[in-house]
Amino acid sequence: MTALIDLKNVNKYYDDYHALRDVNLEIAQGEFFSLLGPSGCGKTTLLRTIAGFEAPSDGSLHIAGANMNGVPANARPTNMVFQSYAIFPHLSVAENVGFGLRKSQLSKSDKIKSVEEALDMVGLNGFGGRAAHALSGGQRQRVALARALILKPKVLLLDEPLSALDKKLREQMQSELRRLQRQVGITFILVTHDQEEALIMSDRVAVMFDGAIAQLADPQTLYKRPRTRKVGDFIGVMNFLPAHVTDPNKITLDVAGLGTVTIAPEQAPSGTSSGAAEIGIRPEMMSILFEGEPDRGEIAEATIQDRAYYGDMTYYDVHLKNVPEPVTISMKNIIGRPVLEVGETTRVSWDARSLVLFAS
Amino acid sequence: MKSLRSYAILYLIFLYAPIALLPIFAFNDATIIAFPLSGFTTQWFTELPQIPALIDSVKNSLYIAVITSILSTLLGICAARAAAKYSFRFKRPIMGFIMVPLVLPEIIVAVSLLVILLQLGLSLGAWTVIMGHVLICTPFCIAILNSAFQNLDSAMEEAAIDLGETPWSTFRLVTLPLVSPAIISALLISFTISLDEFIIAFFLTGTEPTLPVYLWSQLRFPARIPVVMALGTILVAGSILLLILAEMMRRRGLRRAGLQDKGGFL
Amino acid sequence: MLVQLVGMGAPLAILNTESKKGLALVGAPLGYVVLMLAVPLAAILLISFWTQDFQTFDTTPTLNNYREAVTDPLYRELLFRSIRIAGLVTLVTVLLAFPVAYFISFHVAPERKSLWLFLITIPFWTSYLIRVFLWKVILGFNGVINSGLQTVGIIDEPLTFILYNANAVVITLAHAFAPFAILPIFVALEKIDRSLLEASQDLGENRVSTFFRVTLPLAMPGVVAAVLIVFIPTIGDYVTPRLVGGPDGLMIANMIQVQFLRLNNAPMGATLAVIAMLSVSLIALLFVALNRRFLRGSR
Repeated sequence: MTALIDLKNVNKYYDDYHALRDVNLEIAQGEFFSLLGPSGCGKTTLLRTIAGFEAPSDGSLHIAGANMNGVPANARPTNMVFQSYAIFPHLSVAENVGFGLRKSQLSKSDKIKSVEEALDMVGLNGFGGRAAHALSGGQRQRVALARALILKPKVLLLDEPLSALDKKLREQMQSELRRLQRQVGITFILVTHDQEEALIMSDRVAVMFDGAIAQLADPQTLYKRPRTRKVGDFIGVMNFLPAHVTDPNKITLDVAGLGTVTIAPEQAPSGTSSGAAEIGIRPEMMSILFEGEPDRGEIAEATIQDRAYYGDMTYYDVHLKNVPEPVTISMKNIIGRPVLEVGETTRVSWDARSLVLFAS
Repeated sequence: MKSLRSYAILYLIFLYAPIALLPIFAFNDATIIAFPLSGFTTQWFTELPQIPALIDSVKNSLYIAVITSILSTLLGICAARAAAKYSFRFKRPIMGFIMVPLVLPEIIVAVSLLVILLQLGLSLGAWTVIMGHVLICTPFCIAILNSAFQNLDSAMEEAAIDLGETPWSTFRLVTLPLVSPAIISALLISFTISLDEFIIAFFLTGTEPTLPVYLWSQLRFPARIPVVMALGTILVAGSILLLILAEMMRRRGLRRAGLQDKGGFL
Repeated sequence: MLVQLVGMGAPLAILNTESKKGLALVGAPLGYVVLMLAVPLAAILLISFWTQDFQTFDTTPTLNNYREAVTDPLYRELLFRSIRIAGLVTLVTVLLAFPVAYFISFHVAPERKSLWLFLITIPFWTSYLIRVFLWKVILGFNGVINSGLQTVGIIDEPLTFILYNANAVVITLAHAFAPFAILPIFVALEKIDRSLLEASQDLGENRVSTFFRVTLPLAMPGVVAAVLIVFIPTIGDYVTPRLVGGPDGLMIANMIQVQFLRLNNAPMGATLAVIAMLSVSLIALLFVALNRRFLRGSR
């Protein structure tokens, strides 16, 4: 199967600034794809390049097999939901949604019908006559969605569509977007700086730093096996401990505070060599060993340095011997499990299978 | 802060006091402008249409003001659009340079234009006045249009393109409707400025005086003063009407764009 | 001119399309100002070095006009008087305007601010000629003030110190330029983050000292703008000195007009115009330099 969207060696320069570095990307039909990264990483530039608002300095972009070089935004099979939603304030909701139908061959009654269907799809039936500037943030977002989807694009581009909404509404819209995408079967490309949002919604995520794709993977791989320390740090919380590879073939290493461990090949970058390295481990992959609870295989002594109580969880910063930085461990607050005080000594336990090795 | 408030109100009274005298003496039945008032008359107003020179100057002024307002608004649209949408080399100095006529003493504008026109051997007339008026009106138009173009979210135009419109139809369907109140407001303001402007017209008008130039010539004759007051009343009332219209346009523009009102024209 | 501007330091090839579009768009108004202002100003500068030879110009460059302008006491007096009057007008206008701008910014409900601004700007847009003439009517020997005061019986003889002198010019111009002073000050005051004032009071200042230590310094960019925007046009005002100034209230613009239209001596008029512009620019630059420390933080 050929990819719906195919970018090859795409670069973008603004004067001296290298905004996109050699981006290679294939996105399949029907995928929910996310571009994730901090602000200024080039994710929006990449989205706007696909939309046709930016022209790549070099490299090629194909959509559905057609070369998009020189094809203006208004002739591309893509539609966009803008970060500011860009709802035309001088038009009604229905006029906004039907904006792109002006040149279509549909009869007037068909146009009205498809506007109604689009509004229905985003849960805004009956809103057609309202003035656009009287809408709430969540409603604007829905209008923007309906306006783009009514044209049945091959690709829907979403530029940080949820960043302007408050937390509750955002969570609600996340699942709604996901449902909508499954329903229409259109490829969605979402730009976001919110790693949680990317993990929740996407089939695959491309993490970008400094104009280049650092890792492209499905959410689980991305979380469990970040390829670089930077990716691991950006997505979720991760502890980093200095390590020393003693046997690159069996992948045996000495980890500060944890001792000697052996890990599987998929936990390490290919071509691991001996010498200084670093391992990463997620807070929930370690646990404080309470009385009567089973350990996870490996055990070390620790002192509680700090504690943050979150209600459902407690986060501990613990000191491990020979480790300069405190290590964060999260524990679910289940019945019968005490919350430890700062200064208490305890034992921590972890599973070697949850370690990730980074070349340093 | 009671005292500050009364001061501000006194200040407003000071601002309006001279204008308030206009109708008082325009309807006063005496040729001398002084208290006490003697009686009510509409004589000065009925005399106005019977002065052919006045009618000609009004026609001339209206012609100049209409063309000036159109040209300066067009130039203002170009400048405001460029300033809001594009970044280009020397943007700040260029925009600053275009705004210079706003602060330059008008006499300087007038004599420098006069010199060059005479050197080129061009005869003075309505068009030479228009040249000068467009120069001083354009900065005002830019000031009014700037905020409208600045408030226009660039994603709005991109969205239209994204939905299949061409750059030109985008301008027609999205940009123009959103900035049209500001455009009308700029037209009205530049019309008002041109209609009122005296110095440049005084230097560049040639044989056909504009209304202010005609007025100026009448100020020397004490007997004409009541008529001048009547004319002034009409002029000021007209200006205020135009201004209210322009302000309503500006506010409608803000509302249409769903924005907060943050102050007046400039 | 445009091509030259673009060409400076930036080969056209490097210019991105956005820059080109912007320049193309701004080209029309820029070209107009260049053609209608820069070129004529250059012409004025040029002929200020010429001399009038009956109907034609003697185009041999000479500094004679300038020499005459600085040595002739009449020209000197007119220039100094213009600067003095403009300075006084500026001082009066800005001092009177500041409290009003402060009141509107700090004590008027947000939804009523634009109404106040509108009320203040209206008189500015109504016929300048008529407004100045009205002051002549108000201040005249048999004018509104004198006849009014006589009718009420406060004075027996008309007051003469209020018309046909520099005082009348100052009053009239201060009235005419009032909105010009209020708007920039208002804008500067509006920009002040109100929590700064609370912070100042939290740190132990009272209302008055907060005003002088926080509000006023932050409003200075607006005050400087107001000063310039009033001072520069008033120095070249023609109508007011002519109508209410009398012989002792005439200013440089009146002499420029006389040279051009009455004496038919354009080179001398041009010289006076150049000198007036140079003086204005010099004073303006000096003023901005003196207030540099207030302007540094602002944009």
